[in-house]
Amino acid sequence: MDTQPKSWHNMELKHVPYTLAGHDVPWVLAARQSALSRFAEHGFPTRRDEEWKYTDVSIVGRHTSLEPDHIPPDPSSGAKLLAWTLASEDIHLMVFVNGHYAPALSMINDLPVGVRMASLANILENGADLPESLFNQQHEHTIFTALNNAFATDGMVLDLSPGTVLKAPIYLLFIASGHGVAIYPRNILVAGEGSQATVIEHYMGTLDAHNFTNAVTQISLSARAEIEHCKLLQEGPAATHIAGIHAEQASDSHFISHSFALGGRLARNDITAQLFGKGCHCTMNGLYLLNDRQHLDHHTRIDHLAPECTSREYYRGILDGESRGVFNGKVVVHPSANKTDAHQANYNLLLSRQAEVDTKPQLEIFADDVKCTHGATVGQLDDDSLFYLSSRGIDAELARSVLIYGFANNIIGRVDMPELRTRIAHLVLERLPQGDQIKELL
Amino acid sequence: MLIIKNLHVAIDDNGSRKEILRGIDLNVKAGEVHAIMGPNASGKSTLAQVLAGRGGYLVTEGSVRYLERDLLMMTPEERACEGVFLAFQYPVEISGVSNALFLKTALNAVRKYHGQSELDAIDFLSLVRERMKRVGMEKALLSRAVNEGFSGGEKKRNEILQLSVLEPKLAILDETDSGLDIDALKLVAGGVNGMRNPERAIVLITHYQRLLDYIVPDVVHVLSQGRIIKSGGPELALNLEQRGYDWIEDEVAAGQMV
Repeated sequence: MDTQPKSWHNMELKHVPYTLAGHDVPWVLAARQSALSRFAEHGFPTRRDEEWKYTDVSIVGRHTSLEPDHIPPDPSSGAKLLAWTLASEDIHLMVFVNGHYAPALSMINDLPVGVRMASLANILENGADLPESLFNQQHEHTIFTALNNAFATDGMVLDLSPGTVLKAPIYLLFIASGHGVAIYPRNILVAGEGSQATVIEHYMGTLDAHNFTNAVTQISLSARAEIEHCKLLQEGPAATHIAGIHAEQASDSHFISHSFALGGRLARNDITAQLFGKGCHCTMNGLYLLNDRQHLDHHTRIDHLAPECTSREYYRGILDGESRGVFNGKVVVHPSANKTDAHQANYNLLLSRQAEVDTKPQLEIFADDVKCTHGATVGQLDDDSLFYLSSRGIDAELARSVLIYGFANNIIGRVDMPELRTRIAHLVLERLPQGDQIKELL
Repeated sequence: MLIIKNLHVAIDDNGSRKEILRGIDLNVKAGEVHAIMGPNASGKSTLAQVLAGRGGYLVTEGSVRYLERDLLMMTPEERACEGVFLAFQYPVEISGVSNALFLKTALNAVRKYHGQSELDAIDFLSLVRERMKRVGMEKALLSRAVNEGFSGGEKKRNEILQLSVLEPKLAILDETDSGLDIDALKLVAGGVNGMRNPERAIVLITHYQRLLDYIVPDVVHVLSQGRIIKSGGPELALNLEQRGYDWIEDEVAAGQMV
């Protein structure tokens, strides 16, 4: 059911920008205020909006205030345990609790020369040494970007000087804690010419908490830069999560995006890449594994704006229970983008009669000399494969889990880092019947 | 070990029942190698599938006893755990699941069924590597997805690898020779011969005599139109090779039982 867009003008939100990091820096405050006005003017999208046709966001604000959480409670012991485990690994760990940097749980190892890695709040509170255009993104993308621009509390700012290669990955762990809180992380990554880094963005929630997360990550790749970005969505079963990941690519750069969506009651990822320079590569991989009444929507968009770029997109969904998946993948080849080579595939596995998926690959081609393909399938587990496994002594339930794992592994296997691949494989297997048995055999 | 009596099997053919097997009698003892030969559409593969427990077949009459048990009452995985193995004519590709994971899962399932502990990673690897050598399989195929991108010969060798790792009591090989060149055929035959022992029975289902040059059977049966119409020694296969299937069918039709 569509509800009338609420009027946000009268909401008691106008004071909020004055309470957030950077309020004493005039341009920061002004950017937040105008973003808030823009949001108040438009309100949330409804299902009459084509881009939100399958995803009803009227729940946003129903269980939570939109005002960002200010004093985060202590995170759950499970979340702390994960942070401690991660801290011992060869990574740079930044932990955020309800959108606020938690230095005590974080572990940033020695960074090579040419890397600036800092908390956004910290930068904003200390004179806001950040180009305004990087912070002020209110007119880009969806209205949720504007809301995030108004209320962003904290996040990571990464600045890689030209030629910097960051070997150890950056791990951003976003923990949602408490009930009914609104969380606004904002990450800004700037990769100089020829620099390289891997960034993991992991969202972890708590059981039954009606939290609302609105996250934005923007990634700017200069010429020849290589960024591998991996998002792990593991929000709690009552959480609402709306996020944008937006990349801009200069010539010969390589952006790899992975999105693993396992948690959340209602989640939406808008992932976009704009290929401005010649000879870029863009890869977008995704896996959504849903059950119960989960609703997960991936909207991706790749804009080929320059010649000789390639894009590859592989998304797979596994849907059980009464879950609902949405995949909308748009590839736009602009007139300036001859010799574009784009391929997109979305495969879905429906495990129950009540599960549903809406898949919509969209190719819009305005150039002549291009090679573009796309495909989408929706199917069930294959009987021949199930029989093959059972004829080797594997019981029906385990056989199903092996096949589901195999289906998922086609995406998991595209992650470059072995440790991360294993972590994700384990998260997937923990969701499958007898998955622990398969886990032991990996 | 395996006693098949008057087995009738039908499939559903667009709503009407179509009989594929029309009274099979077969008795296979431990240690024996039986070859079942027959022209296309004689019911050879149906027999193999029914023995392995594939769904979609309707047993309308007859019985199958395996080690004193009613085989038809057992689930496919139970049959496998009790030692029935089918080498598939068309091995299935399983995307995203490595051959190693598949083999380990299968082996551990069988071991668990028999109350044995799981093999640890090192013991498993040394076992599999040794068995791979026997069938001339490259180690790299262990980390590849099951049968995905395998050549026809590699797929068939992979079946024999599973056979040699799972060490069943009754191995049924469905057209394992089809699509193999002579070198691959020799490797596969070598693998199968290495599995022959007094406790194990092997049923070879084949269209051609060629395989039987390398795996010499004790008994040869000719299947035609869902019935075993003739049984004999290895020389029967040679006869078939020279004269084709028609002469037997004609002979049977003429009522001259030789």
